[in-house]
Amino acid sequence: MLQTNLKHVETVQDYRDLTQQGKTVIVCGRMGPMCIPVYGVMESLESKYPDIRFRDMEFDSPVAMQTIRALPEVRNFHGLPFTVYFRDGKVVAATSSIQTKAQVKEILDSRMADGTEAQAG
Amino acid sequence: MEDSRYDVIVIGAGAAGLTAAIYLARARMKTLVVDRGTPGGQMILTYAVANYPGIPEASGAQIAMTMRRQAEAFGARILGQAEVTRMDLGGPWKTIEVEDEGTFTARSVILATGGVPRSLGLPSEAVFRGRGISYCATCDGDFFAGQDIAVIGGGNSALEESVSLARQVRSVTIIHEFDHFQAQAWVVDQARREPRIRFLMEQDVREFVGDESLREVVTVHKRTGEVTRVPATGAFIFIGYVPDTARFKGIVDLDERGQIVTDDLLRTSVPGVFAAGDARQKRYRQITTAVADGTIAALSAIEYLGTSGVTLPPPPP
Ligand SMILES: Cc1cc2nc3c(=O)[nH]c(=O)nc-3n(C[C@H](O)[C@H](O)[C@H](O)COP(=O)(O)OP(=O)(O)OC[C@H]3O[C@@H](n4cnc5c(N)ncnc54)[C@H](O)[C@@H]3O)c2cc1C
Repeated sequence: MLQTNLKHVETVQDYRDLTQQGKTVIVCGRMGPMCIPVYGVMESLESKYPDIRFRDMEFDSPVAMQTIRALPEVRNFHGLPFTVYFRDGKVVAATSSIQTKAQVKEILDSRMADGTEAQAG
Repeated sequence: MEDSRYDVIVIGAGAAGLTAAIYLARARMKTLVVDRGTPGGQMILTYAVANYPGIPEASGAQIAMTMRRQAEAFGARILGQAEVTRMDLGGPWKTIEVEDEGTFTARSVILATGGVPRSLGLPSEAVFRGRGISYCATCDGDFFAGQDIAVIGGGNSALEESVSLARQVRSVTIIHEFDHFQAQAWVVDQARREPRIRFLMEQDVREFVGDESLREVVTVHKRTGEVTRVPATGAFIFIGYVPDTARFKGIVDLDERGQIVTDDLLRTSVPGVFAAGDARQKRYRQITTAVADGTIAALSAIEYLGTSGVTLPPPPP
């Protein structure tokens, strides 16, 4: 179980509900050095982007194997965490390894904001 | 609304900054700690700390979280993911502007911004970050099980991580810029005894090559100019840390390496501004030395506040 202040995605049904409609960011990782800062970034952005759902998911859980880790967008990823940005059922961006707040905000503002195209990342 | 005036503002919440906050807040100094990342700093990057006295072994993240809770329990306010956008440290009242949070003033400031990983500065390094290039063996080692990888660097971290990675990969090529290692002798010995590790010395890394993910590392021999293409699906970079002080240039004195110059009470060239931890000029960079610095800087700041004659004005009505 991840010790973060984010809500966790724990079932495939949760994942479907979160990703099929609206805007959701899922950070799939462990409680490791590259992951903890990314959870912190997402926690700090939650209140600033009220229309986006920020979640995390345990990398070694069965649900991760069936969902995030099975996405074609993460096929070449070799660094934790995998962070995937969803908008109305589409993956609009995905990143591997540690990210700064500025990098995350850049994606949120360019790919997730209303008025920006929901194009595949 | 929260009063934005403090006795002391600490910039950076690593081991040095959090320790300073514990001492300051316990001495009833109104203390604000601002960190542009996750409080804990480099400690968070350390899976197992085995040389912090009194704690046989713990994860760096655990130690960091405990330090943070300790500082908060004494009354320090800690802002994480908070970027300092402007600062004026010259006068008796120091002003700091923090993105999304507002403007804060204090009578004294402690600079504890630590270090950032040195990067090779190659455009291809950014391209393959997370797609083969990694900075954390414990985090990402299992993506490379049974494969050929490279480790770049020649200090303790590079060699220790090579030994641990060698347990799961097919081969490790250590690529180093000099003809000798900076790591301690016993660490070098350990690496030399590992049959899966080979050494490529006196090399400049020129480029990382691949398609969707990394395929090889191209290096050039520093004396002969001979080019070597090292097949590697992973490259772990451990080439040290540099002080994170660029933004203090022209504000406090820095030496030629960008380290903040202090005296033995950790005073900088600006009255009321102190520096602690890896950001300052010193030889040994460890959690224990950062903690010691945090203590000294806090006690010096407390003494400065007691003698400077600068007093906190009454709160607004
Ligand atoms: C992988 C690794 C393993 C290590 N292992 C050990 C070990 O086993 N034992 C040991 O004793 N030491 C170890 N060290 C060294 C030790 O972690 C550091 O020397 C020590 O933590 C430094 O503390 P610090 O507070 O000076 O700086 P840092 O930990 O670097 O903290 C500085 C903080 O300042 C923040 N910051 C920077 N700039 C700004 C700004 N402009 N505004 C706001 N905030 C800012 C940063 O986000 C950071 O949180 C290790 C280091 C690494 C990288």
